[in-house]
Amino acid sequence: MAERKPRRGTWRLPALVTLGIFLIVGPPFVSPYWIGLLTQMVILAILAMSLDLLLGYTGLPSLGHAGFFGVAAYGVGILSTTYHASFWVSVAGGLLTGIVLAALLGLIVSHVRDVYFLMITLALGMVLWGLSYRWIPMTGGDNGISGIPRLESHAGLPVTGPIPFYYVALLVLAACSVLMMRLVASPFGLTLRGIRENERRMKSLGFNTWVHCYLSYVVSGAFASVSGVMWAYYNGFVSPTYLDLTASSELFLMVTLGGPATLAGPVFGAGAIVLLKNVMSAYTARWLLVLGIVYIATIMWAPQGLWNLGGRRSG
Amino acid sequence: MKRSHTILVAVAVTIAVTLVTAQTTPDNPIKIGFMVPLSGGSAQNGRDILNGFLLYLDEIGYRAGGRKIQLIVEDDEAIPAVGLTKARKLVERDEVHVMAGVLLSSTGYALAPYIESMKIPMVYPVVSADDLTQRRRGTWIVRTGWSGSQPNHAFGEYAYHRLGVRSVVTIALDYAFGWESVGGFERTFRAEGGRITQKIWVPVSVHDFAPYLAQIPRDVDAVYALLLGRSALQFMKQFQEFGLKGRVKLIGGGTTTDEHVLPFMGDEAIGAVTALHYSAALKTRANEAFVQAYRARFKKAPSYYSESMYTGGKWLIAAINAINGRVEDRAALLEAIRGARPSDLPRGPVELDAYGSPIENVYIRRVERVNGELQNTVIDTFPKVSQFWKYPPAEYLRDPLYAR
Amino acid sequence: MTYFIIQSLNGLFSAALLFLIASGLTLAFGVMRIVNIAHGSFYMLGIYVAYTVTARTHSLLLGTAVALVVVATVGLVMQRFFLRRFTSQPLAQMMMTMGFALFFRDAALMIWGGDPFTLATPAVLSGSMDAGGIVFPWYRLFVIVVAALVGVGLWLLNDRTLIGARVRATVDDPEMAAATGINVSRLSGGVFAAGAALAAFGGVMGGPILGGYAGMDFDLLPLAFVVVIIGGMGSLKGALVGAIVVGMIDNYGKALVPELSYFTLFAPMILVLALKPTGLYGRA
Repeated sequence: MAERKPRRGTWRLPALVTLGIFLIVGPPFVSPYWIGLLTQMVILAILAMSLDLLLGYTGLPSLGHAGFFGVAAYGVGILSTTYHASFWVSVAGGLLTGIVLAALLGLIVSHVRDVYFLMITLALGMVLWGLSYRWIPMTGGDNGISGIPRLESHAGLPVTGPIPFYYVALLVLAACSVLMMRLVASPFGLTLRGIRENERRMKSLGFNTWVHCYLSYVVSGAFASVSGVMWAYYNGFVSPTYLDLTASSELFLMVTLGGPATLAGPVFGAGAIVLLKNVMSAYTARWLLVLGIVYIATIMWAPQGLWNLGGRRSG
Repeated sequence: MKRSHTILVAVAVTIAVTLVTAQTTPDNPIKIGFMVPLSGGSAQNGRDILNGFLLYLDEIGYRAGGRKIQLIVEDDEAIPAVGLTKARKLVERDEVHVMAGVLLSSTGYALAPYIESMKIPMVYPVVSADDLTQRRRGTWIVRTGWSGSQPNHAFGEYAYHRLGVRSVVTIALDYAFGWESVGGFERTFRAEGGRITQKIWVPVSVHDFAPYLAQIPRDVDAVYALLLGRSALQFMKQFQEFGLKGRVKLIGGGTTTDEHVLPFMGDEAIGAVTALHYSAALKTRANEAFVQAYRARFKKAPSYYSESMYTGGKWLIAAINAINGRVEDRAALLEAIRGARPSDLPRGPVELDAYGSPIENVYIRRVERVNGELQNTVIDTFPKVSQFWKYPPAEYLRDPLYAR
Repeated sequence: MTYFIIQSLNGLFSAALLFLIASGLTLAFGVMRIVNIAHGSFYMLGIYVAYTVTARTHSLLLGTAVALVVVATVGLVMQRFFLRRFTSQPLAQMMMTMGFALFFRDAALMIWGGDPFTLATPAVLSGSMDAGGIVFPWYRLFVIVVAALVGVGLWLLNDRTLIGARVRATVDDPEMAAATGINVSRLSGGVFAAGAALAAFGGVMGGPILGGYAGMDFDLLPLAFVVVIIGGMGSLKGALVGAIVVGMIDNYGKALVPELSYFTLFAPMILVLALKPTGLYGRA
């Protein structure tokens, strides 16, 4: 099994190239509504890839990952509305909030593994959700914060509208992808995979696995924050639903459905879920039921993710 | 240079032609985009709102202004981001002419900038956040429902003078709807000389009221409760359990005993006095006809949610008729909505103020059991109540929004 | 003083419900290493089924019995046909339970509609005791006593019977247990079904007070997780202690510092995590 080079997996490169070309040249030819959906896919793809670093490459299943995404979004929302901060201050503030939070929570979770990690990040995610919900003077509680300026005008871009925003998001996705791809191919990334496969051995080889897991957690949180910042600008408001358990588990589904430890897979996973939710809910009010079945079906029939169909390829 | 001009002209002509043909095609239906939560915890309220709308559209045979009406329903899941995505879908893909719906204030606020930027008329039949038609009001959103503090301004005076209440403990859901309701009540109640001795805020996710009920002193005149849905149901039962019923008067915001939850309560609810702009037990010809039709079709009493979009629908259709179905002219449609005065509404006469919020009756209701069923018997009426109560709008708006 | 007694009794009532829910969660975790997101769904299904049966037959006892059987069966089916295939794959199992949670949530909405309801309080238990100014509902006392009895029963089962010994062995080391001839897979099914029934029982016991409503499945779930994390995953004793700690803190937090109530609840959890990640009584 291990030595048999699968020849069936040759669809991946063409798929990736087609997707890339479409993402770059397609949008001007589709309706504004579809540009909106594509923008959502692009932003959530960054988020899904960030979780993949942790879940796929390091083997740490974080079920509170939407927390960083949401907290960064709140950073942007609060700075840009309550404090009327400029674009770069808001962006930097949002990113910093997410990263500092990851650095703090990382201290609590980095020595835990497996299912304990799952449960603890789940609980921490709930704490963050509670914070956004109950710290009303800061977060506006249930109503959230609305009135975040449009990205194009806030950043002083000469153009406005859904298409420029889309290309900004695509550019950010491209930059994040390159960074993450280099990261997982670096010695650091290889060590993370080593920890995932056999932590004890890595320890005995002299690696400080705690530090590696910690860094992986923080870096992953940082990329999630990038996505959160974009999301805040995209929607123009933030609300506690950004970081609830449903959001975190949907994110988990994107990575699992797409294929963990592939980076490309979660991008497709994010696209598939956004597409599924929006197309399906137009036809049936029972789409939550269908989504539940999608979860179950994914685990039953594509547990390694769509990207790994026809031969395992993840690293 | 010249060439680009030609292109511009060509484009303009094409757009104009498209618009004109769109306007004059008689078979082209009027598209109404509608969204409420249809899944998750608020699904039943969303369903009630939708049912009210369906009932009215059936009555008029899905026709208005000489054109067919096409209703496109979306589920906003009570999640603001989903609501925004669905609004984009309705406006940009389905190209609806007008929008209606939304249950939660959070979604209402989230949608507002988008609606304003797309210049699409939208009717909010339920969202009660005060500032939507006050300090943060826009142009394109018209509210046909109510604002949270509106009935409570009236109720504060009523409680002092007619119920003889002097000291009150409030217990309310800890979010904008709760603050605005309690704030409105407190303002007029205190102005008359009443005292609020304690304000208890409970999280929206509350299920057990025991820790809060234990704090209520037995020597206050009344407890003012502002809850809704299952929290109202749980509260009523526990209020009795802990021996408060009978010792302390129970008053509150209208949602606490609204028909969306009243049928599931028991005798513990009897005697509670609340204020709202509607009651299913209202004895008017228009309301009795509405209740009868609603019961016949949906096998239950209409809630204020159901009434909201029956009236909202009637409002919208009246506006569409007023402009003879030419909904493509959005500005004219908006004008028509703002100026509409539909008659025979279940809740009684309604008109819009200059801020796009209704001036309507506020009913003081007492829960009674009639023919074996609990109902909100109307015991008094404040006619023509504005969102500003008796205060001059400009002065009122200088004060901050009600908060905790 | 009166105030403290009433608030402490309230805390115990919360603890009682939490214990019923969390004990099933922790047992399933101990035996199968499962993080069961659908556990809240069992709690929800319990009261919905009981409500339907009670409305038809006017017998709360029958309603309770049917609810326990139905929910236990649902749990058994889930374990046997879905979760068992993914033994020792906690991620796959978690995702699957998430899928089931969404499924049950929407199915319940489809079957029962979204209207809230409460169960009628049994006539003998209605009313409140009034002892020198301490007013406390009889029914809540009853729930506390019942939960205590269930706790004793579970403890006896766990400590004094063969089944209990097998469960304990499996919690300690599933592979070793299998090697000594324990049918781990059948045991897992049984424990999972029993845990589901316990959650359903919690739903029914809370029925006259909290009732049933759309969205209740995710309402108590976070609290149950906190109980399990504090007490130690897999430990019954931990679930008991955790439930009392969480019930008391939650209650006093809401009464004394309502603004911070959410944090008073999670603070002990973070403290425990930082000092002893496996919880008070959990094994590493």
